[in-house]
Amino acid sequence: MELIHKLRKNIRLVVQICFTALTNGYINGYLQGTIYRGTGKKFCVPGLNCYSCPGAVGACPIGSLQAVLNSSQYKFSFYIIGFLMAVGAFFGRFVCGWLCPFGLVQDLLHKIPGVRKIRKVPGDRYLKYLKYVVLIVFVIVLPLTIVNVAGGGTPWFCKLICPAGTLLGGIPLTILNPTLRSGLGFLFSWKVLVLIIIVVLSIKIYRPFCRYLCPLGAAYSLFNPIALYRFEIDKDTCTGCRACQKACPMDLPVHETPNSMECIRCGKCLKSCKNHSLKSTFSRQNAEKGKED
Amino acid sequence: MNKFIKRNYAGLMVFSLGIAFIAVGVYRVEIGTVFMKAAAICLECIGIG
Repeated sequence: MELIHKLRKNIRLVVQICFTALTNGYINGYLQGTIYRGTGKKFCVPGLNCYSCPGAVGACPIGSLQAVLNSSQYKFSFYIIGFLMAVGAFFGRFVCGWLCPFGLVQDLLHKIPGVRKIRKVPGDRYLKYLKYVVLIVFVIVLPLTIVNVAGGGTPWFCKLICPAGTLLGGIPLTILNPTLRSGLGFLFSWKVLVLIIIVVLSIKIYRPFCRYLCPLGAAYSLFNPIALYRFEIDKDTCTGCRACQKACPMDLPVHETPNSMECIRCGKCLKSCKNHSLKSTFSRQNAEKGKED
Repeated sequence: MNKFIKRNYAGLMVFSLGIAFIAVGVYRVEIGTVFMKAAAICLECIGIG
């Protein structure tokens, strides 16, 4: 009973761990220093999950988008854009808060004690737009425009920035596979440096990669205001006490903008509201209210 | 049901359009391009290529 109680209290962490295990469950990849090459790789997983992770059973949507834009056949990807629209319109950034493996990594790093945490990041109001620049420049424009003579290109975000690829793919594969290890050079050093910076920042700041660099978070954020899963505030019962903002690890004024593009739907604000003014569209109270109406 | 559709009209429209886009993408065989990339070790992604 106590275990069930603990699991319910930490339900988000449980879901994050289970989903990460599910989408990276190809054990043979870790045993043989290779990757899964089966049918699952035709389909995208919702979070930032490098398809070169030894355990990955699906395709990364950001990597896949660049792959299609890189190809000489297509200059627009209906499949990946459609996937992002469908997942975004249903979940919004719930994916970031509950299903993304690299989000889980940042959450665990932020729990490390003994380091002073920074809640209000200087320049946050401008830095938060950087992820949209990363999405437009590194994921869309560069793969489309910088091509070789055969018309093929490079996944620039994956190559130069993505820390999930380094942590979940590069480091395990180069440890397990001596052939790949022999090819390491400056690019690997650069990517490890980017990873180290994000790891260190994650210990001090909550989710720095999600806030400022993640192109997938940038894409899903566009749907937060209209997603089927969103938050609603009852202005009649809300007293403006800001308990929701104090509980929010992203320091968002939830009582003013319950569907902010920066909200990763962790749900801490919902639990903090003493007046039960803040609810999700999927809550039991909202379902009963719908029936009454 | 009508209330649900009215409250979630924008989200439902975008979701439906997303599903339609996926169908077009499958028809165009984009899934093959995704598979070819995802089923091979991405040297750029792991910091080699």
